[in-house]
Amino acid sequence: MATPATTTAIDLSAALVLAPTALADWLVVAPVALMIGFGAVLMMVRKSVRLHGAIAIAGLVLLVLLDAALLWRVSAHGPVTMVMGRWLPPFGIAFTADLFGAVMALAAAVVALAAGIFALRDIDAGGRRYGFFPFLMLLMAGVSGAFLTGDIFNLYVWFEVLLISSFGLLILGSEPEQIDGALKYAILNLIGTTLFLIAVGYLYAIFGTLNMADIARKAASLRGTAPLTTLTALFILAFAMKAAAFPVNFWLPASYHTPRVVVSALFGGLLTKIGIYALVRVTIMLFPVEREALSLTVAVAAALTMIVGGLGALAQSDVRRLVGYVVIAGIGNMMAGVAIGTPAAVSGAILYALHSVVAMTALYLLAGEAARLGGAWSLSRLGGLWRQAPWFSGVSFLLFIAAAGLPPLSGLWPKVALLKASLDIGAWWLAAAILVSAFLITLALARVFLLAYWRPRPEPAAGTVAGDWRITLPLGGLTALVVLFGLLPEPLLDLAYGAASGLADPAAYVESVFPAATMERGAVR
Amino acid sequence: MEPLFAVLIGLFFAAAVYLMLSKHTVRILLGIVLLGNGVNLTLFTAGRLTREVPPIIPAGMDALPAGAANPLPQALILTAIVISFSFFAFLLVLTYRAYQELGTDDTDEMRLAEPRDEQLPPMGY
Amino acid sequence: MSTLILRTVAPALTALMLLFSVFVLLRGHNEPGGGFIGGLIAVSALAIYGIAFGVGAVRRAIRFHPMAIAGAGLLLATLSGFLSIFFGVPFMTGLWVYPVIFDVEVPLSTVMSFDLGVYLVVVGAIISIALALEQEPGPELGGEED
Repeated sequence: MATPATTTAIDLSAALVLAPTALADWLVVAPVALMIGFGAVLMMVRKSVRLHGAIAIAGLVLLVLLDAALLWRVSAHGPVTMVMGRWLPPFGIAFTADLFGAVMALAAAVVALAAGIFALRDIDAGGRRYGFFPFLMLLMAGVSGAFLTGDIFNLYVWFEVLLISSFGLLILGSEPEQIDGALKYAILNLIGTTLFLIAVGYLYAIFGTLNMADIARKAASLRGTAPLTTLTALFILAFAMKAAAFPVNFWLPASYHTPRVVVSALFGGLLTKIGIYALVRVTIMLFPVEREALSLTVAVAAALTMIVGGLGALAQSDVRRLVGYVVIAGIGNMMAGVAIGTPAAVSGAILYALHSVVAMTALYLLAGEAARLGGAWSLSRLGGLWRQAPWFSGVSFLLFIAAAGLPPLSGLWPKVALLKASLDIGAWWLAAAILVSAFLITLALARVFLLAYWRPRPEPAAGTVAGDWRITLPLGGLTALVVLFGLLPEPLLDLAYGAASGLADPAAYVESVFPAATMERGAVR
Repeated sequence: MEPLFAVLIGLFFAAAVYLMLSKHTVRILLGIVLLGNGVNLTLFTAGRLTREVPPIIPAGMDALPAGAANPLPQALILTAIVISFSFFAFLLVLTYRAYQELGTDDTDEMRLAEPRDEQLPPMGY
Repeated sequence: MSTLILRTVAPALTALMLLFSVFVLLRGHNEPGGGFIGGLIAVSALAIYGIAFGVGAVRRAIRFHPMAIAGAGLLLATLSGFLSIFFGVPFMTGLWVYPVIFDVEVPLSTVMSFDLGVYLVVVGAIISIALALEQEPGPELGGEED
């Protein structure tokens, strides 16, 4: 049996963290643990659906506050690490938050809060009894965990946690259409994560470690070898599949329009961006040299993703499916940043991801509200929204501008950054693809505005306009963020550049996990 | 041992891919199960193979005996098995429900979410 | 399936297996065993009970809804990890107490309560899947991760 620690004569400092943990370090694990805890509580009170909304919103507000505090701490003091069970890394599982992870986690939390408020109205008692809010909490646990973990196998686990919660959310209601969409989503995403797991297996075979900081340290001696390049290709394929990049994007338009619109909003805002996050984390931070070798392939895939997204959006008459293709086009933009790989390009990709998290969620919520007012999802039946709800139409107009990347709103700056980065390395065709895709998206969204808003209503009005705070607050809040970032981009630009340079030179990240390691490395140099 | 396992894993992957290329959901499902098992074997082999010494510290010792198996891949596989098991249970129910609701197990015929005769958006008004 | 032999044996077998599952759970700290496998044994015990007496009988026997059990387990596991915040050690660090009850030292730890949480999560999640599969097609669909 276990003996009290006082009687052991072993030197524990080689295996355990013995320094007391600062309370502020808890910010790294607190978002994940908080969401799991709230999810557990909601599962326990599953019968009392009246309480669900209040508990969930309280949890999400706390999550936003914690993530904001974490971001503040990370930007002030550099990356923060906490190891589970105080086992020293690489043996203990480390949670490490750097600027990139923290800012993405905060964006995700804000969006989840907005969606949670919207769900208060959108999800009825049946959906709540089914477990919408517990699934939402567990989804956010998976999302926060994926952004904050410092261990690659742990990243896989969080992927699975958010995936299985997303299954639950996707089939909320169990309509035949949803089951059809969910089947394709589930199978293709499962294959994607399995590819990820294969890559993790090879990674372990090569490095003998799964801690990302440790890998970043050890990769230096193995640069450019064939196994590493293969490994990177496998990671890129797996994460591109999660992010819905062409040619592995077909699960997204098959499924994202089937669930409740608030679920679509969460997925469109968060899930694909997690694929991008993991792609950036692995290719930029861990395997930059190998990414260089594959950069042309990624760039071509990115360009095709953008074009396919734009053309797909033009061809849809269902508003939700149209937004799904807008999401895909955005993924192409972020992949372009990964393909170029310079800090400027990566910061463009990060900016785009942040913009996309907010704007895509807002766009889906908007589509849901438009469909409620107009009584249909199809563009051939919607109409007259401008007359019916002028304020809502104004907000829609702003969001369309932002999503299309037109000045002066948030979509502009990441596109400018990416354009500049691709012209700097002479990839004019990539820049052209970004512009063409933006043009196609502009056309598609302008047509939505023309048909659904300006066109006289083809049939009598169905929904009534009611200034419900559960709809105006999330939509207005997200739009305010989009406008704010469009007009005052400076702080966020700095933040994204800081995040990108933290990825390009992970010394601070490694230092945070292995406090003594950088000294050793310095001695070797 | 490792080359033998590599060949075995290759066989698993080949069979899994063959099954997943089918149009029928049940076969795809079986392919996914095989793929999952192939991946578990990959993880296992990635940690190098040893014989007969379980990674358990005997009473009265502080460290693993020499030649003990690598415990980390085993932990990874256990996690992966649990996850793939719960996914399989979910997918099984989902496939069954899809067969009930949609009346087919042919993925080409499952067009409810993406109707074949979907119209293009109006070209003007 | 529900033969006289099975119906006679099932209660005893279920009780025995549940007891064994707790044994495996507690044994798990230093020897093979633990919350996950203990939970699975408990689930198979309940599944035998379900085969013999039907899904309704199992639902009545476990009193709480399976998902509520899983939620309680998840909460217990999370709180076990959080306890270390008061001792200045990282998340999920094992903390031990050694109370002496009737002259017997009983080592208790957050590791054990975490494992108990895992046990409950497994019992709740897997039994809900098992019951959903055993039951006639209903609206319930979906499982829960470990």
